[in-house]
Amino acid sequence: MTDNLDNTIPTPCGAEGLDPIKDHFDLFHTDTYQDLFEYKRQFEGAHSPEKVAEIAEWTKSWDYREKNFAREALTINPAKACQPLGALFVAAGFEETLPYSHGSQGCVAYFRSHLTRNYKEPFQAVSSSMTEDAAVFGGLSNLKQGLENAYTLYKPKMIALCTTCMAEVIGDDLGAFITTSKNEGHIPEDFPVPYAHTPSFVGSHITGYDNMLKGILTTLTKNEKAETTNGKFNFNLGFDPYIGNIRELKRILNLFGIDYTILSDNSDAFDSPNTGEFKMYNGLTTLAETADSINAEGTFFFQKYTTPKTQDYITKEWGQKTYNFRPFGIKATDEFLMALSAITGKPIPLELQQERGRAVDALTDSQAWIHGKKIALYGDPDHVLGLIQFLLEMGAEPTHIVVTNTNDDFEAEARELLTNSPYGQNGTVWGGKDLWHLRSLMFTEPVDLLIGNSYGKYLWRDTHTPLVRIGYPIFDRHHMHRYATLGYQGAINQFNWIINTILDELDRKTIIPAKTDISFDLIR
Amino acid sequence: MATLEDKKALIQEVLDAYPEKAAKLRSKHLDVKEEGASDCGVKSNKKSVPGVMTTRGCAYAGAKGVVWGPVKDMIHLSHGPVGCGYYSWSGRRNYYIGTTGVDTFGTMQFTSDFQERDIVFGGDKKLDKLIDELEILFPLSQGTTIESECPVGLIGDDIEAVARKKAKEYGKPVVPVRCEGFRGVSQSLGHHIANDTVRDWVLPKADEYRKLPEGYEPGPYDVNIIGDYNIGGDAWPSRLLLEEIGLRVICQFSGDGTFNEVVMTPLAKLNLIHCYRSMNYICRFMEEKYGIGWLEYNFFGPTQIAKSLRKIAAQFDETIQAKAEEVIAKYQPRMDAIVEKYRPRLEGKKVMMMVGGLRPRHVVPAFKDLGMDVIGTGYEFGHGDDYKRTAEYVDDGTIIYDDVSGYEFEEFAKQLKPDLIASGIKEKYVFQKMALPFRQMHSWDYSGPYHGYDGFEVFARDMDLAINNPTWSLIKAPWA
Repeated sequence: MTDNLDNTIPTPCGAEGLDPIKDHFDLFHTDTYQDLFEYKRQFEGAHSPEKVAEIAEWTKSWDYREKNFAREALTINPAKACQPLGALFVAAGFEETLPYSHGSQGCVAYFRSHLTRNYKEPFQAVSSSMTEDAAVFGGLSNLKQGLENAYTLYKPKMIALCTTCMAEVIGDDLGAFITTSKNEGHIPEDFPVPYAHTPSFVGSHITGYDNMLKGILTTLTKNEKAETTNGKFNFNLGFDPYIGNIRELKRILNLFGIDYTILSDNSDAFDSPNTGEFKMYNGLTTLAETADSINAEGTFFFQKYTTPKTQDYITKEWGQKTYNFRPFGIKATDEFLMALSAITGKPIPLELQQERGRAVDALTDSQAWIHGKKIALYGDPDHVLGLIQFLLEMGAEPTHIVVTNTNDDFEAEARELLTNSPYGQNGTVWGGKDLWHLRSLMFTEPVDLLIGNSYGKYLWRDTHTPLVRIGYPIFDRHHMHRYATLGYQGAINQFNWIINTILDELDRKTIIPAKTDISFDLIR
Repeated sequence: MATLEDKKALIQEVLDAYPEKAAKLRSKHLDVKEEGASDCGVKSNKKSVPGVMTTRGCAYAGAKGVVWGPVKDMIHLSHGPVGCGYYSWSGRRNYYIGTTGVDTFGTMQFTSDFQERDIVFGGDKKLDKLIDELEILFPLSQGTTIESECPVGLIGDDIEAVARKKAKEYGKPVVPVRCEGFRGVSQSLGHHIANDTVRDWVLPKADEYRKLPEGYEPGPYDVNIIGDYNIGGDAWPSRLLLEEIGLRVICQFSGDGTFNEVVMTPLAKLNLIHCYRSMNYICRFMEEKYGIGWLEYNFFGPTQIAKSLRKIAAQFDETIQAKAEEVIAKYQPRMDAIVEKYRPRLEGKKVMMMVGGLRPRHVVPAFKDLGMDVIGTGYEFGHGDDYKRTAEYVDDGTIIYDDVSGYEFEEFAKQLKPDLIASGIKEKYVFQKMALPFRQMHSWDYSGPYHGYDGFEVFARDMDLAINNPTWSLIKAPWA
């Protein structure tokens, strides 16, 4: 074995003596392959290029848009995933916690692949591997074995259990199954197995996040209520793919000198250091801290529509105050910091005040390039609200706002935000719609910029609207998740991505010599 | 880790970490290839052990993701809740040529997005209406396949009835695929189920559906490429070689394939099958029904490519055989140059593989062409016949692991200390954190093609850049 822990640098391969190797980027554009494609066409039974062009044009029309919006049964390119993804995501933030999905095994393979592709990090989770016999007899036997095997092999401190739709349809009762597993000695009596029913045919990944978080808090805080509070505040970021946000929040809280617990801190789970040694568990929220979170002064949430059940539980069962903020952009960060200051009685740190000034300065410097630009955007409800707020304060005009996993309260809040700003007057919230609807919107009422996840690249290709990648998943650009989008630093990061996409696009548009390069400016 | 006994002891040591029952089950799936053995000594195609972290997927993944998904001008509906289609959306890199959303649909996600009411009241009505909507919005689609997700099979929907009705209504194929994720033990049953739908729903009507190319006359050299999914464009260099030796490829099923190509298949003289695991069923059927023979080939690395080209040519006359020799000779100098360049950089490097379909065996000789040795291999969802075939490919003493668990794979890697691990996305970053070079062998790590002579060049380059990557030298901090 090559010892990759020594520091020897391998010799470069070099290009001498060999014609360049062509991979898919170049190979298939050579004459050889272009001829091959042409020859293959005769067997394809394809429509004529004229017909294809005609229909392609038609898909851009108002007529097509109307037919597209008349859909009642069909969903195309939705901007939402299913519940267990969110359940696994939140579970990964807790100390030595193994996420476990009870049901068919293919689901876990998908969740792991999806999260891994976004973060380029390992994601470890297990399944009950249920098959036909479990469909008939129920999944108890699979769960007993699965818990015992996972506990013995991977030695977690906690297993966070959720379900797939198979287990839900056959009606497996997780609570009873866990009790049986413990009674029969498959796992120790005192071993925590919080659980959540997470059927994929209800809600979306954010619903699963909520259900699992509530499950974990319910299990770990049982009998932990003390006489007095612990002087800490809890913070929850929701299904926020930017691990940079957790780190940024912690920095802000440390500057304030506020004692806190992050529920759940999965920043290292999705960004662990490479030391040459694989560490399976990287969740940073300890079980002890979580147990004690019931005794906090209050809990802050940054994604109201991701966490309704958890918030209801905390308010009612813990008797604890909950606060909702979305500290994205300048004004929303101001509000959050002022509230933190008011609630804790601590002044806003000077460092943050200076950062505010710098962020506002940055916005002012580039504002001319975004003023009045029409924007299409999509994503989860809270994510979209944060973006709308930020865009409005920069003078951009959120125009098409698509939220597949919508709800009425969110839509009302989004509309209010738009109505109250002069820049929001042309904005429409399209709840329950998908990215194929958005395609029609972007063809019939074009915009200047699209903000979305990697799936948005198909809209970029079709409509030539430049894409700023903000959201989940981002598969085709690297390292975006490491940055913060929260607070003043986050505002600068998001602004940087947006402004420089606009400027890149201007260069792309003006790059043809003697034709468009009149405006290929050195200074912008 | 030299002797057979050492390796068997390692397997035992790994098994000791399991509870008794699981250890017993897993012990049947781990072994060492012994001298003279006609198989690899492992059991396969059995249920995964719950809770151990299998890498396997499900029947839906096999049917939609593998077999049907790449048929580019049909709409493949993920029928049920939203997740399955979402996670598998554009994940496999089945390259194709076409105007997406107009005459091809490969990188789109179509779903019936089941809600609670669909579970309670059934989804057939929704499905019926949904196909109407498809027809309105995508008039150029050549048909629809309905890939059932778990709930559909549990609530008693009759998707076959809907399929029959809608096919009649629109005069286009509508193929119901009962690939609910709980069926079978892995992706593998999904392949089989999808193959069976071709047998039952497509081929019986092939004559009716088929649009023959202008002036088409069946010829003695007509062949189908079966089971090449065109990942990173793999099927194209393969097609190129077959055409260069004088054969006429009338169908690619399914990478960059069309529905018409699927119904062209019965006209061929020979089925050339690359991924035996996922498509042998339909080849066997066509042999029985139409008398079309089938032949497995391996287009990974110059040694196997030459061997396969000769094997294929031997099925035809001397013209083809002569051309095959010409083609092999034509590419040889370039292959020699590639090997000359990369072999010294890779000689003696040890590889551990774990993939699906055919690659755990077929890629072994391509590594050998570069002087690299595969010291461990295994399948996610192989069967006994795969392991039999594997025995011919691997060296004695190779560790074989079937449906390897995360724990086993990590422990084997720690002990066997390979220079490269070639497996999937879920494994990649585990091993990279262990400072082990890694290449994804499902997606070609976003590179490719790897098939054919053109593909081998890319393969060689990629293995070199994974192993001889300067960032590995940075992992250890200078003060540590």
